[in-house]
Amino acid sequence: MADKVIYAMYDDDDTLLNGAKHLVKEGVKVSDVYSPFPLHGIDPVIGVEPTRLGIAAFMYGLTGTMLAIIGIRYMMIVDWPMNIGGKPNFSLHENMLSFVPIFFEFTVLCAAHGMAITYLLRNRTLPGMPSRNPDPRTTDDKFIIEIKSSENAHIEDKKLTDLIKSTGFIEIEEKKF
Amino acid sequence: MHKEADIRLPLILGDKSYKDITEDIVKPIEGKAPKTWYLLFMISVVIALWGVGCIVYLLGTGVGVWGLNKTVGWAWDITNFVWWVGIGHAGTLISAVLLLFRQKWRFAINRAAEAMTIFAVMMAGLFPLIHMGRLWLGYWVFPLPNQFGSLWVNFNSPLLWDVFAISTYFSVSLVFWYIGLIPDFATIRDRVTKPLAKRVYKVLSFGWTGDAKAWNRFEIVSLVLAGLATPLVFSVHSIVSFDFATSVIPGWHTTIFPPYFVSGAVFSGFAMVQTLMLILRKAYKLEAYLHVKHVEYMNIVIIVTGSIVGVAYITELFVSWYSGVEYESYAFLNRATGPYWWSYWAMMTCNVISPQLFWFKKLRTSLMFSFFMSIIINIGMWFERFVIIVTSLHRDYVPSSWTYFHPTWVDIGVFMGTLGIFFVFYLLFSRYFPVMPIAELKTILKSSGKNYKEGYGRGKGYWDKNAEH
Repeated sequence: MADKVIYAMYDDDDTLLNGAKHLVKEGVKVSDVYSPFPLHGIDPVIGVEPTRLGIAAFMYGLTGTMLAIIGIRYMMIVDWPMNIGGKPNFSLHENMLSFVPIFFEFTVLCAAHGMAITYLLRNRTLPGMPSRNPDPRTTDDKFIIEIKSSENAHIEDKKLTDLIKSTGFIEIEEKKF
Repeated sequence: MHKEADIRLPLILGDKSYKDITEDIVKPIEGKAPKTWYLLFMISVVIALWGVGCIVYLLGTGVGVWGLNKTVGWAWDITNFVWWVGIGHAGTLISAVLLLFRQKWRFAINRAAEAMTIFAVMMAGLFPLIHMGRLWLGYWVFPLPNQFGSLWVNFNSPLLWDVFAISTYFSVSLVFWYIGLIPDFATIRDRVTKPLAKRVYKVLSFGWTGDAKAWNRFEIVSLVLAGLATPLVFSVHSIVSFDFATSVIPGWHTTIFPPYFVSGAVFSGFAMVQTLMLILRKAYKLEAYLHVKHVEYMNIVIIVTGSIVGVAYITELFVSWYSGVEYESYAFLNRATGPYWWSYWAMMTCNVISPQLFWFKKLRTSLMFSFFMSIIINIGMWFERFVIIVTSLHRDYVPSSWTYFHPTWVDIGVFMGTLGIFFVFYLLFSRYFPVMPIAELKTILKSSGKNYKEGYGRGKGYWDKNAEH
C-alpha cells in the first residue's frame, strides 16, 4: 500500500490542540504539526522530545573557554612573554585576571555561534533550501496536523477519517507518496 | 500557560486576528514605498556619501585632518565610537534581558531595536578603524600568526578586550536577530507574488517549515542565546569603560565606570529606540501594536537608567573631593567651571534633570513629549562622552600643553556621515524586512489582544477559561 499522508487544516490553534489531544487519545499517531508560531503545549501531546541544543551550547561554550586559555597561554606566556610594567608574564595563573574578559567573550562567541549553526543544520534550514511546509498558509494564520497512514496501520481508514472529522478542521487534503 | 489580568491594558489594540497581524506588518513590504521614504532615503544617501568622502579624504591625507593634537589625542572619534556603541545596547537588552524577564511588550520593539543595534555597532566599529589611519592594517588587531617574530597582540590591554567584546557582540546580535527573522521571512515568502521577491525571500527564509520540532528548537535557541547575550551586553560596555578606567588620566581613572557606562548605554539606547519607533509606528500604521503603554514602559526604563547615570555623576564629584587627590579634584572642578563648562551643563541638563520629568504620568504617556525627550537624551549622552574624553584630556600635567579642542569639518563630516549610513541601513531594513516579529506577536494575541480580552464575540472571560496559552 502506498504511503498516504493526511493534512487536516485548522483556523485556530486551540481547536488544533484539542483536536490533536483527541486524536492521540484515540490511539492515532500524529506525525507532525505545522503552525505560524510556536504552539505551547503541543510537544508532549504529539510526542516531540525536548531539544538537546542547550547541552550542545554548553559544550561549545566549554570548548571556547578551553581554546581561549590554550591560545592566550601560548601567545602571552610561552611564545612571546611581554613585559608590561613589570607585571608577571611567566605564569598563566598570575597573569590571569587580565585575561578573564577575553576568556569570557570567546566562550560566548563559541557557544552562540556553535549553537546557531547546529540549530540551522538540525532544522535543515540553510540558504536556498526549498520551503517544505505543506501549505503556504501555515506561515500566516492556518494550522495543520499531519497524519501518516503508514504510522496508523492499526486503525481502519474509515475510523481514522471519522476521528479526524470530529476535530473541527476546515480543510483536508490527502497526498500519496 | 500565560494569563494576563483583565485590567492590564492589552498590548495589541483593535480587532486583530492572526491574519491581520500578518497583513499589517507585511503590507509596507508588499506595497509601494511612500514618497517620504524615497525623500528620506535620498537625504540619507547624500549624507552617507559625504561621510564616505570625508573618510576617504582622511585616509588619503592622514588623521591630522581631524582637530586632534598632542594633548587631545581622542576627541570626536572616540566620543562617536562610545556613543554609537551605547545606542547599540538597547536592541540586545530588549530582546535578551526582557526575554529572560518574560516582558511581552518587547515584541513591539525588539526587531527594530535589534536592527538598530546592529547598524549602530557597525558605525561604532568604524571609528577605531579609521582612527588607526591605516584602515587596511585593521586586521592587526586580531591575534594572527605573523612574520614580525610572531609578535602577538597584548591580551592585557583593554583595547584588545574591546576588539573581542565588540566583534563578539556584533556577530552574536546579528545571529540572534537573523534567527528570529527566519520564520517571518518564511511568512513573506509564502505570500508575495512577484517572482523576484519570491526568490529573494525564499533564500532568506532558509526553507523554514514551522513544524513542531522546529518551533521547539526555535524557542530553546532564543532562550539560550538570550542567556548568553545578557552577560554579553553588560560586558561590552564595561569593557568600553575599561578603555578609560584602567588608564591613569584624572577623570578617567574611576572604578564607578563600568556600571555607570552600562546604564548610560541602556539609557541612550532606549532613547534612540523611541526616536525611531515613534516615527515608524506612525509611518507604517502600526499604532495598534506599539501604543502609549509600550512607550510608558520604555520611559520607565529611561527614568531608572537616567537616575543611575545621575547618581553616578554626583558620586564622581563626591569621590573626586573625598579622595583628596588634587589632580582628581581639579579635573572635576574644571569640567564644571573650565572652558568646557557648556558641555558639562548640557550633559547635566539633558541626562540628569530632564528624565526626571517622566515621573509625571501625563508626560511619560505623551508621545510628542517622549519623542522630544528622546532627542534630548541622545544629545545629552553624546555630550557625556565628549565631557569624559575631551575635558579630561585638554588639561595635561604640564600647563604648556594645555589646549582647547576644535573639531574640523572632517570631524563633523565623518560623524554626520555615520548618521547618514545608519539611516540608509535603517530605511532599507524598514522597507524590506518585517519591522515587528510577526510570529511572536501572534503568540500574545490571545493573552493580550484587546478583542480576545473582551471575549472575541464569545463573552467576557471566554478566552481566559478556554485558551490553552
